[in-house]
Amino acid sequence: MTETEQLQAFEARIARGEKIEPGDWMPDAYRQQLIRMISQHAHSEIIGMLPEGVWLQRAPTLRRKLVLLAKVQDEGGHGQYLYHAAETLGVTRAEMIDALLAGRAKYSSVFNYPTLTWADIGMIGWLVDGAAIQNQTMLAHCSYGPYARAMVRICAEETFHKKQGMEQIIRYTRGTPRQKQMAQDALNRWWWPSLMMFGPHDATSPNSAQLIRWGIKTKTNDELRQDFVNKMVSDFHAVGLTIPDPDLYYDASSGNWISGEINWDEFWRVVKGDGPCNAERLQARREAQENGAWVREALAAYAAARGEG
Amino acid sequence: MNDTLLARNVLALADDSLLLGHRNSEWAGHAPILEEDIAFANLALDELGHAQLWYELHQELTGREPDETIFFRDAADYLNVQLVELPKGDWAFSMLRQYLFDAYENVLLAHLVNSSNARVAEIAAKQRPEEMYHLRHTSNWVKRLGLGAAESHRRMTAALNELWAYALQLFAPLENAQALTDANILPDPRALQTEWENQVGAHLTASALAVPAARAPRAKSRSEHTAHLRELLTEMQEVARSEVYGVEW
Repeated sequence: MTETEQLQAFEARIARGEKIEPGDWMPDAYRQQLIRMISQHAHSEIIGMLPEGVWLQRAPTLRRKLVLLAKVQDEGGHGQYLYHAAETLGVTRAEMIDALLAGRAKYSSVFNYPTLTWADIGMIGWLVDGAAIQNQTMLAHCSYGPYARAMVRICAEETFHKKQGMEQIIRYTRGTPRQKQMAQDALNRWWWPSLMMFGPHDATSPNSAQLIRWGIKTKTNDELRQDFVNKMVSDFHAVGLTIPDPDLYYDASSGNWISGEINWDEFWRVVKGDGPCNAERLQARREAQENGAWVREALAAYAAARGEG
Repeated sequence: MNDTLLARNVLALADDSLLLGHRNSEWAGHAPILEEDIAFANLALDELGHAQLWYELHQELTGREPDETIFFRDAADYLNVQLVELPKGDWAFSMLRQYLFDAYENVLLAHLVNSSNARVAEIAAKQRPEEMYHLRHTSNWVKRLGLGAAESHRRMTAALNELWAYALQLFAPLENAQALTDANILPDPRALQTEWENQVGAHLTASALAVPAARAPRAKSRSEHTAHLRELLTEMQEVARSEVYGVEW
């Protein structure tokens, strides 16, 4: 088969709804897009452990401490699972981590915002994990088998993450004045970063058209964001929280809540590395890598001495 | 009488597990390999879960709820050994501390499953299988780091020399605990120490690590603490104490 025929056969498989598996022929651009997306997703899980991790030692009840540690541990597990999924495309974990630490690979910009109060933990669960679920539910139908299956598994756990966040925030909206204020303040700070999680507008999203053509994505950034806004606005209104968007209105003809414009200058600034915590997050990962170097050397030496290397 | 005494001893078990789990949770996101971000968090989760079981028994004996006991009690009233309040140090320090503690829990729980107190025996039986996994995991790490490379051996030796006297405090009984040993509720700490030293000594030797000469525990009383405990509790209790006890979180 010529390459054109191979491409036609590949696209026909996707059109029939077949999954592409690791050994199958695929265009190089498809492979590269998936490596970019899956590794970015894995890095997001690993970096995402950091903003929540600093609250593990301050959780206000033993149950909250257990739940948060289980959640942070899940994120490590998701990262590991996703690195394996990316490895099926011919890239190694070490290469992916090098790209992260060197600043060549991206991760979700939302983790470049700081966690300032305990209510941020609840808000991240409800809002940020909620946005992640919106995106990942779509990816569970993506054309690449290993990624789709990883998403099914990860979404199931994310649903628990979201529930524990909802449970907290709902409780605080009915709690003491300080708890109520904390919940509203958390929403004020996390609302816009969570809308930014869906990426640039379709018109300025360089990858979207091809990702949809190849069945990696089945909805555009703006479609996903609109679904999310509709859902979250009604949820937050129901518990008496105010969305920090003076331009937000309900459009009766489309049935959509229309939000004001995202601050795209801020969006691009954070994506390009100049957000409130970009430097701190990467520094923490670099330190973990450097401080762990002697451990990994010892493991390698031990395995080599026993012929396990 | 025995209930008050038992409550105090149960509280000591609870505090040890709580603070070790708390310290180990500091590694989440910072471990040397991703697999240990996951595994070490799992050990920490287990320790916190074990603490919860002991705090529940403490509540049955005293009426005091676990969250009040944990978040509204000052350092002077904590009954943990100093071993678990020390900062996490490097990976050798944290891993070796967890190993020494796991080895202690394994010999302890082997006795507690036969305690004449049914609740103690029941809780020990729940914890024991998990602690056996912990010990398997941390024993392997001690071996890899002890035998792995010069640098890991150096760090393990330093950690062992520092931790040993702290670990010996695990076998210093609380005052009047002899009554509980006599009633077959708790084992004799001297017998535990002998079993522990035999097992740990053999494993350390096999891992090329020399057992330190220290024979005396770093602190005799579980009411003596380092400044680290105060710092740890200030952080741990900060959010809980921003409201009065009883406010739901």
